[in-house]
Amino acid sequence: MQLATQFIALENVLVVRLEGELDHHSAAHLKMEWQEQMQKNNSKHVVLNLENLQFMDSSGLGVVLGRYKEVQQIGGEMVVCSISNAVKRLFDLSGLFKIVRLEENEAFALLTLGVAS
Amino acid sequence: MNNSMQLQFKSVSTNEGFARVAVAAFVSQIDPTMDEITEIKTVVSEAVTNAIIHGYEEDPNQTVYIECEINDNQLSIVIEDHGVGIDNIDLAKEPLYTSKPELERSGMGFTIMENFMNKVDIHSIKGKGTTVRMVKDFQKSKSYCN
Ligand SMILES: Nc1ncnc2c1ncn2[C@@H]1O[C@H](COP(=O)(O)OP(=O)(O)OP(=O)(O)O)[C@@H](O)[C@H]1O
Ligand SMILES: [Mg+2]
Repeated sequence: MQLATQFIALENVLVVRLEGELDHHSAAHLKMEWQEQMQKNNSKHVVLNLENLQFMDSSGLGVVLGRYKEVQQIGGEMVVCSISNAVKRLFDLSGLFKIVRLEENEAFALLTLGVAS
Repeated sequence: MNNSMQLQFKSVSTNEGFARVAVAAFVSQIDPTMDEITEIKTVVSEAVTNAIIHGYEEDPNQTVYIECEINDNQLSIVIEDHGVGIDNIDLAKEPLYTSKPELERSGMGFTIMENFMNKVDIHSIKGKGTTVRMVKDFQKSKSYCN
């Protein structure tokens, strides 16, 4: 199973929905698409919805960290939502929750960024 | 239960998913929990990705080797490459250390392996390659319980 992506721009927020498996094989393409969408939509913040992500390893942590750095540069925020216990463990281990905020679901994450969906 | 299997495949990134699924299928005979399967898939992905990215520096014409053994309720996985080897293993194992930050690596691979498995041994010789041996103890077969 490969990685499917869905990008939705709402005001200054880019919603990124991932479905499938995020590993080294799928990471490079995701990075490219994600950067393109940020630019095209002039997004400042990101809501990363991992509800349908079946698998992730350290390659995924690398992509998230890389995009966090870019968002931080423009004064934006990265919020992640709907994550599985397995992915939560990886975020915990790497200390990513110190810089990326966790919220229950996408609608609530958007609300915290001032977007009513 | 006593069983073993061996796999070898080309050092291309499509095989990361193949390796995860193959090892998980082999391990399914000891009736693992969903969490245990996820842990196994993750550590296999970490070690195979390391072999491809670091060991072989993304040369697609090399070979990655996997050996799995089940002895009673213990699983051992050996993942090997004949690549560049590791200079300083203690440094490599440190959380957040990566020799390739320009590739957006997080430096968490070995930390994840050590957290998800009971034992991780790294053997490496400069210019000869790297062998990662991981051991995990499983709960006694659940089928005895009902
Ligand atoms: N098979 C290997 N051959 C050569 N060097 C390796 C190998 N595996 C790991 N290393 C070295 O050990 C370091 C740490 O590995 P680790 O998996 O922890 O982090 P990473 O691969 O750099 O980043 P991440 O796994 O988070 O994407 C690597 O940066 C690399 O220098
Ligand atoms: Mg790694």
